[in-house]
Amino acid sequence: MRRPGEDVPMIEFFQQLSNGLAVGGIYALVALGYTMVYGVLKLINFAHGELFTLGAYLGMTLLLSFGLSGILGPLPAVLIIFAMITGLVGLSGFVLERAAYRPLRQSNRLAAVVSALGASIFLQNAIMLFYGPNYQVYPEETRVTITLSVLGLDIPLMRILLFLASVLLMLAMYLFIHKTKTGTAIRAVATDQGAARLMGIDVNRIISLVFMIGPGLGGAAGMLLGLYYGQIRYDMGTLYGLKAFTAAIIGGIGNIPGAMLGGILLGVAEAMGAAYVAPAWKDAFAFLVLIVILIFRPTGLLGERVADKI
Amino acid sequence: MIVRRLPKPAGIMGLGALFILMLALPRILGPYWTNLLNDMGIYAILGLSLNIILGHCGLFHMGHAAFYAVGAYVTAILSTRFAVPILWTLPLSGLMSGVFALVVARPIIHLRGDYLLVVTIGIVEIVRIALVNNIFGLTGGSNGLLIINPISIFGFQVFSPAHFYYLIWSIGAVTILLFYLLQNSRFGRALNYIKQDELAAEGCGVNTSHYKLASFVLGAVWAGMIGTIFAAKIETVSPQSFSYSESVLLFAIVILGGAGSIPGVLLGAFLITGLPEIFRELQSYRLLFFGAAMVAMMIFRPQGLIPPGRRFYKVRPYLGRFPCGIAARSGARRGISLSASPGYPAGTDAGADAGKPARGPGDMIEEQA
Repeated sequence: MRRPGEDVPMIEFFQQLSNGLAVGGIYALVALGYTMVYGVLKLINFAHGELFTLGAYLGMTLLLSFGLSGILGPLPAVLIIFAMITGLVGLSGFVLERAAYRPLRQSNRLAAVVSALGASIFLQNAIMLFYGPNYQVYPEETRVTITLSVLGLDIPLMRILLFLASVLLMLAMYLFIHKTKTGTAIRAVATDQGAARLMGIDVNRIISLVFMIGPGLGGAAGMLLGLYYGQIRYDMGTLYGLKAFTAAIIGGIGNIPGAMLGGILLGVAEAMGAAYVAPAWKDAFAFLVLIVILIFRPTGLLGERVADKI
Repeated sequence: MIVRRLPKPAGIMGLGALFILMLALPRILGPYWTNLLNDMGIYAILGLSLNIILGHCGLFHMGHAAFYAVGAYVTAILSTRFAVPILWTLPLSGLMSGVFALVVARPIIHLRGDYLLVVTIGIVEIVRIALVNNIFGLTGGSNGLLIINPISIFGFQVFSPAHFYYLIWSIGAVTILLFYLLQNSRFGRALNYIKQDELAAEGCGVNTSHYKLASFVLGAVWAGMIGTIFAAKIETVSPQSFSYSESVLLFAIVILGGAGSIPGVLLGAFLITGLPEIFRELQSYRLLFFGAAMVAMMIFRPQGLIPPGRRFYKVRPYLGRFPCGIAARSGARRGISLSASPGYPAGTDAGADAGKPARGPGDMIEEQA
């Protein structure tokens, strides 16, 4: 199904591909948060989608309040605020873990799932009460509206920046997890909590840390989304969260490169599906892909660990 | 053999009083609260049907709204397009929903834990999107379908909240009775076994994937039939009624109340539908408090409000029947060969220690549900 006006198939294909890569980068960042938390706690953090929304809203507030005050140029302002959002949402993740998950760590996993769902309802409504139920618009000045023409393709610069930003964050994440001592500790806790504790790793501290890094990345992704689409809504976290979790499972849950791969694949599959198959079914593709992958490769593309029986 | 204590006179009188109270409630409460009781009834029955899958069989299923939607839409389509009387669509709704569950659950039934959870969420989203997109040109898109004909039972038209109250809660009573019998049946025990230890269940000859699938289909059939009643009650069947958040509510009803426990699920349904009403004073803050209450309830009672009690089964009548069982082992001790025929005389073992109290260890197998 082709849209009118875009009559060269190859060009449209690359347009969709770039769009898919940009959105896929966002999915991948959110999926990282899911997969890390799942790795250490075997818990689906259903409130993660709401932390993503929180990042988008906090980003908007900060940009509007002093990002545009003129002390800094737009680019440094965006970068500083980006870092602040990561920290603030990370802090919210820390509080969330303390309040809603830590008391349930020893009880059955279903209780933790319901607690996570309750936290998600709470956060979503808190955001709605604070910012109102309507769409909110990101300030135009901070959005990059330049369109680059590369080899006859019109690609908005924002797409490229978005993709670069998410790739950079993922790369930093990958290096942190695989090359640093703390990263090794996180992997150790994910593999075997008991053994990690015996090796002198403070498991609680690591879990808190994971709950700061994951939501921090999710919040950053929320702000990227706001900058990309320009408008945000209090309940967008649910669908983005579900899709990102889907991406994490597609890549193999608990597996960090898997989450990145899954997110980008999902973004591209969705863009292609919406462009070439049926636009109205856009939101269904993610779940169709998920079902197909789980039927044929239940551990995901890169996963080795099978989810435990409950 | 299930040990059933005979109902005591006090219990019978309590049930009778409850019955009379239930009969009188719509008169006492008035239409607004009766309507709330109707919602509670629908959620209670849906919760009980989900309880088969999630509570008894332990399958993480968060897509129950999809099955419920199939039932409601079957009714709406048949009623608006073909003018079929609504109650006649009830069995068909159940059937279609069951078939849908069979088709959908068959390929994913081997998935475990969280994987199943996410796939079932995916199913509920796909169903909702399909309904919004007016699939097969039948579902009326995002506006849904408007049902014009009321339910009519032998010419009596059901339309006021009180009428629905009696209809819904009689179905509720039948559901409670049937599901009570079911949980103690061979089927119910097999489901519980799968929940406790799937591998051991399989090792003991329980066809696990068969039972898991059966629990899905049974839960879906029931949800589909309630979909019919819901469609008649709400009159406009639209995709918003069957969203992911609806599935979340049903999931919370079962887990908050106590997975696998009928009184627990009933209490869960009362709380989940009642709490937002109680918090009505707080107006737009009510869902905020609702979310916080969910977290708090799980922290203070992670096993649910009324977790299922331990069940006791009398094994004595079975002792002699199985050559490899307890009786045969004790027989072997006495020098009787283990190759005894399956028709090993019952009572041989029981007679040896007739003086023992009936509830001694070994007489009863205790099963934690």
